[in-house]
Amino acid sequence: MNWQDTLIQVLIILGQSLALLVALLIFIAFILLADRKIWAAVQLRRGPNVVGPFGLLQSFADLLKFVLKEPTIPAGANKAIFLLAPLVTCVLALAAWAVVPIAKGWVIADLNVGVLYIFAISSLGVYGIIMGGWASNSKYPFLASLRSAAQMVSYEVSIGFVIITVLMCAGSLNLTQIVEAQNGRFGFLNWYVLPLLPMFVIFFISALAETNRPPFDLVEAESELVAGFMTEYGSTPYLLFMLGEYVAIVTMCAMATILFLGGWLSPLPFAPFTWVPGLVWFVIKVCFMFFLFAMAKAMVPRYRYDQLMRLGWKVFLPISLVAVVVVASVLHFTGTAPR
Amino acid sequence: MNVAAAFFYLFAFVLVASAFMVISSRNPVQSVLFLILAFVNAAGLFILIGAEFLALILVVVYVGAVAVLFLFVVMMLDVDFVELRQGFLQYLPVGLVVGLIFLAELVLVVGAWVTGPGVASAVASAPPSAGDVGNVQAIGRVLYTDYIYFFQAAGFVLLVAMIGAIVLTLRHKVNVKRQNISAQVARTAKTAMDVVKVRPGQGL
Repeated sequence: MNWQDTLIQVLIILGQSLALLVALLIFIAFILLADRKIWAAVQLRRGPNVVGPFGLLQSFADLLKFVLKEPTIPAGANKAIFLLAPLVTCVLALAAWAVVPIAKGWVIADLNVGVLYIFAISSLGVYGIIMGGWASNSKYPFLASLRSAAQMVSYEVSIGFVIITVLMCAGSLNLTQIVEAQNGRFGFLNWYVLPLLPMFVIFFISALAETNRPPFDLVEAESELVAGFMTEYGSTPYLLFMLGEYVAIVTMCAMATILFLGGWLSPLPFAPFTWVPGLVWFVIKVCFMFFLFAMAKAMVPRYRYDQLMRLGWKVFLPISLVAVVVVASVLHFTGTAPR
Repeated sequence: MNVAAAFFYLFAFVLVASAFMVISSRNPVQSVLFLILAFVNAAGLFILIGAEFLALILVVVYVGAVAVLFLFVVMMLDVDFVELRQGFLQYLPVGLVVGLIFLAELVLVVGAWVTGPGVASAVASAPPSAGDVGNVQAIGRVLYTDYIYFFQAAGFVLLVAMIGAIVLTLRHKVNVKRQNISAQVARTAKTAMDVVKVRPGQGL
């Protein structure tokens, strides 16, 4: 391969990445608005409704506001790490999308170990929070970062075991092959969400905890910690934190979609439904998952910290550990394990 | 120089530089952050030689869990760094002696290295082509099929260590109020409430 071919390949990949990035960011802008609208609807409010029709352009107005503000850095802060933290959060959250197949064959890097890649990247997300909390040189951010370190490490364990049960059923770590393994004659009955329903519930709740969403948002609990690790942040760094957080949430929705809801597959495997492009199904499923996230935020009161730890270590860890053994035994003894 | 070689030199250079910064940076938190950078670059090197599973496990286990706990502990340290620096030259000779002994031992061990019987033929035999055995399957087969007893034994040792650590640190104070979740959930209106008719002017 000469250097022109290499260059063309690199340019193609760059173009694909850029297209995905732009699409993802626009999607995030509207999902953020949807989050606020759903929250408002549950509380019988209108939510943002001033900028644009039905407030549709609210996120873009917010973006402009954040970008045009002056960033302030506290005098006692460790400047480099203080500014590095939001970048780490945002870049890592976006990097996870390199391996997410949004439709059949629509993936930037079809890694053999795609699940592991996303798992690794999402486990690095905690660094942004720890670094930001420590570098702020302030009490509340520091407490928040200590909380988040313990919280995210705890819930990663159960997410890991839940993913292992899916992997055993699918027989691959490749996200595309995991979706293909859920393809069958019975449509949505072939998806893993029904046979592995308890795992799906555990995955959903752990994803809430992993992304610091309510009811597990102890990291930024405003009644105790002001704004948590983001207390000292403003303008663009704050925007990057928020963006990273929402990208991580959508990543978790996409993971749930791929692992349990059959990715881009149509729920009913016959004519009018199979004409719909896979991308549309994928987006619908991700939006559905996000709706669940938003409803959990609107309806569930915040956990106490020791209850959070108890749920992670004493409830989810044993259940998911037993589930791994049970699923493995069932697959082995019924001979349905993938070859 | 092709792209892979360029990436190798990039990762290797950053790895060595950050490893050096781990021991030379003044602030322990910065040391840990450089350690994390070193881990990530090592993962990059693993990917370059085609061991993507090892690379990601390195990131998940060391960067995602072990280094988080490291950072967790180091952040809470309140050390006077100037004081810490002062003893540096004083301990240098001792450090040098330890380093020299270690180097001498390494030289002795490597000098006495004998290749086991059968290794030469195993190395010489053709490796399976990358197409039919992925490296996840290959590691899985070696760990869980060929050496399952050793793997189980290693797991058992770790389990014992974990239980030991818990036993050593577990203290149950008698007069501390604890939340008993199952007792709380098991409470009903019947056991918790008592409806009493209070006559006026009498009290309970």
